Amino acid sequence: MNWAVIIPLLLFIILIFIIGFWANRSIRLSKKDFMQEYFLGGRELGGFILAMTMMATYGSASSFIGGPGVAYTEGLAWVLLAMTQVVTGYFVLMVLGKKFAIKAREYKAVTLTDYLRTRYQSHVVALLAAVSIIIFLFSAMAAQWVGGARLIETVTGIPYTSALFIFAASVLIYVIIGGFRAVALTDAVQGSVMFVGTLILLIATVIAGGGVEEIMQGLTRENPNLITPFGADLTLTPAYVSSFWILVGVAVVGLPQVTLRAMSYKTSKAMHRAIIIGTVVVGFVMLNMHLIGVFARPILPGIEVGDKVMPLIALEVLPGWVAGLVLAAPMAAIMSTVDSLLLLVSSAFVKDIYVTYLKPDASERRVKGMSFGVTGVLGIFVFLMALQPPDLLIWLNLFAFGGLEATFIWPVVLGLYWQKGNKYGAISSMLTGILSYVIVDQFFNQPLGVHSVVLPVLFSFIVYVLVSAGTTQNYTAPVTNPTR
Amino acid sequence: MEKHDERFKVANREALIGVGLALINFLWWFGFAYGLGSKPPEEYSYIFGLPAWFFMSCVGGFILMSVLVIFVVNVYFTDVPLEAKDEDTE
Repeated sequence: MNWAVIIPLLLFIILIFIIGFWANRSIRLSKKDFMQEYFLGGRELGGFILAMTMMATYGSASSFIGGPGVAYTEGLAWVLLAMTQVVTGYFVLMVLGKKFAIKAREYKAVTLTDYLRTRYQSHVVALLAAVSIIIFLFSAMAAQWVGGARLIETVTGIPYTSALFIFAASVLIYVIIGGFRAVALTDAVQGSVMFVGTLILLIATVIAGGGVEEIMQGLTRENPNLITPFGADLTLTPAYVSSFWILVGVAVVGLPQVTLRAMSYKTSKAMHRAIIIGTVVVGFVMLNMHLIGVFARPILPGIEVGDKVMPLIALEVLPGWVAGLVLAAPMAAIMSTVDSLLLLVSSAFVKDIYVTYLKPDASERRVKGMSFGVTGVLGIFVFLMALQPPDLLIWLNLFAFGGLEATFIWPVVLGLYWQKGNKYGAISSMLTGILSYVIVDQFFNQPLGVHSVVLPVLFSFIVYVLVSAGTTQNYTAPVTNPTR
Repeated sequence: MEKHDERFKVANREALIGVGLALINFLWWFGFAYGLGSKPPEEYSYIFGLPAWFFMSCVGGFILMSVLVIFVVNVYFTDVPLEAKDEDTE
């Protein structure tokens, strides 16, 4: 075992625990409604924390470990593709913006499902939303746990099962006791670790490679395609790369874990700051960490498994204890994604199903017990799944990201800005989005040369508009969206 | 009543600004990447050691967007209260 690497990682986990306990204290002391406090941090996020938790929730294992690995194989083209994510830094908060925050407060919404139920006054919409959140985000979460445990295994040499246990235990403890506030605060720490970690590693990699020019020459000697925007085998077409503007760029606006954050900030000033910090941090982290993958190639040629590029280059170019600090970054990325998903799935059970439909008169104590309990049981359940991930779960995880985007984007965005949008439009748009995503992804590989997410997002838009325009919904008073 | 809420005018304008920025961002990113990058690699020029297409599209594009976002937020974004108007907050 490599203690120089393990000790900084341990310190990092201890710091995360301290934050969890601190957040738990503020939940116990708060006089606000428990659910609002536990699942939404009392809507008190400041600008810095908001920006970091947005970035961290979203920059997951796939972008942090997988991304640099693919960049290592494909060259600069993959960095170009990764830079489509800069848009999320400002787009999400600008487009959902103040109107979403105001409406969410007006509706007293604690989850995206709450928001949709009140906006459309429809239980079908709410149940569809809750069920798709539970199914897809549960699978996505389990896949991330596997990634986290693999990382610990690679870096420290601890066997997979023990690594999974360490990972699960650390995430569960702070999420269960601290709720959303702990998630957001730890995300801020984790985001900062990512920011600093990628910067240190990039500089060390450039120095080890003898400067940027030297590295570029090395890449050109090996395969000149590595420095083109078309990928190592010239297979990355402009249409395909551009379609990531939808998958990881603008359509992120529909992801429940992202919209939730857009209702959690305290003031419009906090939101302004978050837009600026978020844009700079997302761009900086995405650019640096994918460049590391490309620059690693001349220094450490011949790595077969993409996921190992990041850990191996860190161990190669940095002294042991610094490598430990830097490797806390991908660890942080995974943890910060998992914690948000865990809490979100838990809120779908507790708030969207239990309190809303099964026991509306549940006492505060009962809701508290349920929240801690459901989060814990979910965690244990994911742990068991991650021990030996079933095929179904891996299959569902493939759809989690794009599927949720195609499901939620139009009911959320058009519901906000188009008064005529109604529950019939929302229901048919959600069903179209999810079903067409599964069909397109399974049976038509990259239709028209673009990523599978593009057409379903288009279909669900058309369906939402046509159905809403063709039907009228009678809202019962008190009307939140008055007709003319 | 939604129509009379001044805050939503502000919100609508800011959402449109967001869409506009995304369009600028996309055109810049796409234009430089495929405009300068479609030549054979031997003919590339370099900025700070990186191929010009990459530097302009990814590094330059990121710097441009950061500057634009800071400018737009400071100049055009307005502070509004977020709480419901008619009642006190919880």
